[in-house]
Amino acid sequence: MTLPHPASDLRTSGSLVRRLTFRLLLSAAFLALVLFLVVLIFVRDISQRTHDSILFASATSIMDSLRVQAGEITLDIPYAALSMLGNVSDDRVFYSVRNNGRILTGYEDLPAPAQRPVSGSPVYSTVGYRGTSLRVVTLARRLSLDSGPADIEITVAQTREGQTAELARLTRWALMLGGGFFLVSALIGIWAAQSSVQPLHALTGVVSRRGPKDLRPVRHAVPSEMAPLVHSLNRFIERLRVSLARSEDFIAEAAHRVRTPLATVRAQAEITLRRVDKTENRASLREMIRAIDESSRAAGQLLDHAMVTFRTDSLERKPVDLDVLARDLVDRLRPVADLKDIDLQFFCAGVSAIPGDAILIQNAVRNILDNAIKYAPSETSVLIDVRQGPLDVIISVTDEAGGFPPGQDTAALTQRFVRGSNAAGTIGSGLGLTIAREVAEAHGGRLIIEPSGAGAGACVSLSFPLR
Amino acid sequence: MRILILSVALICSFLALAAPARAFEVEEFRRFGPPDAPALRVLSTTDTDVLAPLIESFLADTQGIAIEYTTLSSADLMTAITHPKPGQPQFDIAISSAMDLQTKLANDGYTRRRVPAVSAQMPDWASWRGHVFAFSQEPAALLLSRAAFTGLELPKTRQELITLLRRHPDRFRGRIGTYDITASGLGYLFATQDARTSDSFWRLMEIFGGLETRLYCCSGQMIEDIARGDLAIAYNVLGSYALARADLADRIVVVEPQDYTNMMLRTAVILQDTELEKEAGAFVDHLLEAAWSEPPDPAYPFDRYPAASGRQGAPYRPIQLGPGLLAYLDKLKRTRFLAEWHSAITQDETKVP
Repeated sequence: MTLPHPASDLRTSGSLVRRLTFRLLLSAAFLALVLFLVVLIFVRDISQRTHDSILFASATSIMDSLRVQAGEITLDIPYAALSMLGNVSDDRVFYSVRNNGRILTGYEDLPAPAQRPVSGSPVYSTVGYRGTSLRVVTLARRLSLDSGPADIEITVAQTREGQTAELARLTRWALMLGGGFFLVSALIGIWAAQSSVQPLHALTGVVSRRGPKDLRPVRHAVPSEMAPLVHSLNRFIERLRVSLARSEDFIAEAAHRVRTPLATVRAQAEITLRRVDKTENRASLREMIRAIDESSRAAGQLLDHAMVTFRTDSLERKPVDLDVLARDLVDRLRPVADLKDIDLQFFCAGVSAIPGDAILIQNAVRNILDNAIKYAPSETSVLIDVRQGPLDVIISVTDEAGGFPPGQDTAALTQRFVRGSNAAGTIGSGLGLTIAREVAEAHGGRLIIEPSGAGAGACVSLSFPLR
Repeated sequence: MRILILSVALICSFLALAAPARAFEVEEFRRFGPPDAPALRVLSTTDTDVLAPLIESFLADTQGIAIEYTTLSSADLMTAITHPKPGQPQFDIAISSAMDLQTKLANDGYTRRRVPAVSAQMPDWASWRGHVFAFSQEPAALLLSRAAFTGLELPKTRQELITLLRRHPDRFRGRIGTYDITASGLGYLFATQDARTSDSFWRLMEIFGGLETRLYCCSGQMIEDIARGDLAIAYNVLGSYALARADLADRIVVVEPQDYTNMMLRTAVILQDTELEKEAGAFVDHLLEAAWSEPPDPAYPFDRYPAASGRQGAPYRPIQLGPGLLAYLDKLKRTRFLAEWHSAITQDETKVP
């Protein structure tokens, strides 16, 4: 029993692998995007904090240099307070020190923070100044002087070019990280999608590698999700096996039951024919024998046809030598042909073996040859030619029976029970060419019916592909 | 009385630095190149004669451009750029030995960025944020009068100088000279860098103060006094200036202290308002090429020191360009520093805590 080939007319609703791959890629892309954004936000935050803490350290060291001297506030800006900012990046540095809002030293026009800082906790802001963007930290401290409290505000600011460049670099890194993550998870996703349908492929392999007669249930281990499918498949195989067994039994039974009694009846009729003398009775008996022959032949052909149908369903291919097979048949049928003074001529050019079922092919060729002998007039020749084409081996049988009448549909001749319009006087069931065609097609070949080259008859050819 | 003088001096120096919209005083003006060509206007603290060969070699390679070279003091240079007079011509390049003021110009947005063609050969410390470019290294040296040191070993470090002065105070009394750092920007830069680098600076100043040190506004007079023998020691003078006076060379010994020698970097900046950016950039490139690339340009007027002298352990310490220099420009810090220096150098009793 072969499974049907992956038929083109089988409807499919998309590919499981494609669907799975697409979804995995989609989720990988989503996760990569989330990763990119999280990393970006994280590194931006870290970078901002780092810069802020350096600004804060700078402002703190300036604050530490504050002194009250003879009632006056003075300060000694440490070299490091400004040089530490220069060590981080080549950015421009601004600062101002204010006492109760009045400038003590530094850049007078440096913007004061919108929000007044509380003593001890720095206030950070980003402002525009002299056409560029500044990161600003402001520290506040209250000093008690004899003249009253002094609110000291120290502001340190730095342009953000270095930070911007660093952020651009970090963004590139985050982008590469996200991209790399996507690539890796996409590869894993594709691999996962491929491997998750692997059991399906394995099952397909197990089932399609089976021999034609192998109708055992599938025992291959499958994932639990596929168990119901395999279970149903096994039940189906079992039903099929039972049904096929019944058909085989029926065919064997029918052959036995029909053929044997017919042979008995024919023998009795022959004996009776020898005994009776009356002309009308003899004519009746001859008519009877003829009818029995016809029935016998029809039954034979029906059984042949059933046999052919059964065997083609489970075609077993073994190397078949068509020239040997055809020569055998010709030798077997030569006595029948001699009775009608028909000359069987066999030509063979030596051919390769083809893969096929020898019994079926023999049956098909015999049917064609039978037809040719049956319809050919006496004193004519029937040519059997076995030759090899580029892709196939062809057996053709050519007769001189006058060919087909004009208007005969040659394709229709291969239908069941259709007989040529000039076949009325001959015993036949119309199944011969049908059997030949079905055998040829089961082997992937063709049956060709055409007028013979000389125009005096028909040429029926069977072609079997070499592989 | 002394307190009064000190206060007046402090206030004056303070006003000098802070006075806005003050007119600048041109020391020398010279035009190079064809008379009808557009001129690149260079403001500089460097004597015209020193840079003239480099300017000539630049003009020889570049057609259709002239250079108007104006020399002035570093403070005036700053004023000319930050507080321009109405009707004053547009300047394109500023060249100065005052590294702190050049840094401030760049920090406050008066300069333009450039990637010099020779940036690969330049050490990292020779430029700041692509705005300030150093094209010379000049050591702050100790000038000694050969005559005054007859029979004495020449000091090689500050410590040896201190020991020497302690042993022979009478021999050197009144014969020591250094910059008056209230008047000289370069003197102030060297003094602040000394103070930052080593504690021996203040000890040295105390000893200088005890020996009635003479203060000079400019290097020229100091070098001549050394050559004449009036001065025995001049501290923190640019060695390049002394060596430039070939006529006095045999009477002067230039000592680069072995403990550390501050290297002043002469820098150039391209000014923000320039309308000749390409030409200005080419001229700066020309200066940098002469300073940093091989082989040395014969027109280059300064000694070339190895570019790697910035590494640790070497006696040569190029003063670091960067925002740290701005700290000493802070008016409160400057006032404090000057007061402290004064109290050391004039042996004033008023101590600054």
